[in-house]
Amino acid sequence: MPAPEQFRLIFKHIDEPGYTNDLACYVRNGGYEVLKKSVARKPEELVDEVKKSGLRGRGGAGFPCGVKWTLLDRKSGKPIYLVVNADESEPGTFKDRYIIHNDPHQLIEGIMITCFANKVERAYIYIRGEFPEGARILEKAIAEARAANFCGPNILGTGYGCEIYVHRGAGAYICGEETGLIESIEGKRPYPRIKPPYFPAVLGLYQCPTIVNNVETLCHVKHIADRGGEAYSKIGTPNNTGTRILCVSGHVQRPGYYEFEVGKITMGQLLFEVCGGPLPGRTFKAVIPGGSSAKVLKFGERYKGKRKSGAEMVEYDWGLEDIPMDFDSLAMIGSMGGSGGVIVMDDSVSMVEALANINAFYSHESCGQCTPCREGSLWMKKITSRMVHGEARTEDGALLKSVADQIAGRTICAFGEACAWPTQSFIAKFGDEFKAYPEAKKAPRAAAAPELV
Amino acid sequence: MNLQAETLRKIDEVIPHYPVKRSAALPLLHLVQEDQGFISNEAIEWIADRLEIQPINVYELVTFYPMFRQKPIGRRHIKVCRTLSCAIMGGYRTCAEFQKQFGTGLGEVSPDGEVTVEFVECLASCGTAPVVMIDDHLHEKVDAARARELSDKIKGEAKTANR
Ligand SMILES: Cc1cc2nc3c(=O)[nH]c(=O)nc-3n(C[C@H](O)[C@H](O)[C@H](O)COP(=O)(O)O)c2cc1C
Ligand code: SF4
Ligand code: FES
Repeated sequence: MPAPEQFRLIFKHIDEPGYTNDLACYVRNGGYEVLKKSVARKPEELVDEVKKSGLRGRGGAGFPCGVKWTLLDRKSGKPIYLVVNADESEPGTFKDRYIIHNDPHQLIEGIMITCFANKVERAYIYIRGEFPEGARILEKAIAEARAANFCGPNILGTGYGCEIYVHRGAGAYICGEETGLIESIEGKRPYPRIKPPYFPAVLGLYQCPTIVNNVETLCHVKHIADRGGEAYSKIGTPNNTGTRILCVSGHVQRPGYYEFEVGKITMGQLLFEVCGGPLPGRTFKAVIPGGSSAKVLKFGERYKGKRKSGAEMVEYDWGLEDIPMDFDSLAMIGSMGGSGGVIVMDDSVSMVEALANINAFYSHESCGQCTPCREGSLWMKKITSRMVHGEARTEDGALLKSVADQIAGRTICAFGEACAWPTQSFIAKFGDEFKAYPEAKKAPRAAAAPELV
Repeated sequence: MNLQAETLRKIDEVIPHYPVKRSAALPLLHLVQEDQGFISNEAIEWIADRLEIQPINVYELVTFYPMFRQKPIGRRHIKVCRTLSCAIMGGYRTCAEFQKQFGTGLGEVSPDGEVTVEFVECLASCGTAPVVMIDDHLHEKVDAARARELSDKIKGEAKTANR
């Protein structure tokens, strides 16, 4: 079956010749009309539209956005904050960068609708430190929007006011985790908080109720307010509504960003048709479907089981190529849609070395609060890096697995899972390659094999 | 502390963005580092004083967040992405080429004082791997040949600046 056409909702103007990131261009293309419509409605209605839309968070966990908003403690009498997660730090993910650089007003409009719907009067955009140009673009865009009365005091003459500030991070991945991010805005080390009691919706920024949403999620809010929740929910597939930006990197002919209706395209269509297949003379070996912490998938593997289709349970028997790219299908086969970052590796890559690269990332980024995560991520890195640079042993795979198995479920934040899943899945699926590595290492290195650690 | 008037103005502007002064610690560290090139002990005390917190509360940020440094670096900062998508597309070769061009080790100031080459983690541009940030600017698809071109450009700009 041929791949469907892209459905460019969020990325409608990305790559459009002549489209610039200033207010005039945005307004010329119909910008801020949805905000004007929205501030004339009741805030509760807007929250309802988002609930009806079925929108799920695009930052990693896929949590329903409308449900998150209804969890807010609105009775505390404290101010409610919105924190925009623009940390974009999960390896393999590069969508928020393009929104921020090329269409910042789309984000600001989404933020303002969200703030109005939830009676928020102050929002912070937490942008990773490595986006200095992005931070400048956002500050300029906010100033433009403020001058035109789309944010700031007395928005569009309604009497409602809301300020947006940009807060820059400084190179730490853990700031992407929502409670670590909140600590970071408070001027502290980004140590994630323990939940309960520190659910952001109740005890978030400055111990006030706080919404944390990803950049792409908030852009969708604009389109939901525009089309209506019901109409938006018809895009995509049931429980996986709307569009999703898939960021493809690694060994394909045409890496890049592609926006499709969620669940309407399969992994095979994406990698072979849309991305042009493997590089000349190579074959696909493995793919990580949702940012580097998602469990790896192996080409040639089959996935079988039962799944819900409408009200019925049906059998499925899929090859990797048949997997629909949506939250539920990817979770069903034991991985996740995560942040939408699809990393492709071909036969030039050694799985031991790829894991060593990933482990170096996670051990560098553990915040160090929890012993299983701090020590476990370090040992997984030490073992894989010794396998590559020092002596490798056939039993190292089993050793790695035993370390990884002791992390997940025993930590303050989901980083524990994020750092254990790569090791667990690489060993589960490529265990033979780990066993054979000591021998394989003795052979001369193939010219195409990239250095990874 | 000898901060430029513009830096001081930005500091005054950013503190009221927050209901709690301590929140301005990261913005102040960025501003001071942009002004001075690194974060000295004097800067830590100055920021603490300005935000009415203890110096340890600033120091613990400098030692945690990778972007803050306590020593000067070369005039230009070359940050090569080390993470998976860049590495499988040849990022390690790119990094080695920059080091060769400037005769320098990782994280050091090159002998001519011109650059510091470093590995950093994913820069969120994996689709155009391998990527490199030079100062504030991102460069995409930087293979070894492109790394040589960029190095030549930096060397050329250094000559003009010294004249
Ligand atoms: C270790 C870790 C890193 C994360 N990094 C990011 C990130 O860079 N960007 C992001 O939007 N969410 C990130 N998240 C998810 C956030 O904690 C949070 O769920 C998300 O921002 C919520 O927004 P959403 O519901 O709109 O997806 C991360 C989570 C964890 C555990
Ligand atoms: S799981 Fe890891 S990153 Fe998360 S709080 Fe614990 S040590 Fe920090
Ligand atoms: S892996 Fe290099 S930019 Fe993401």
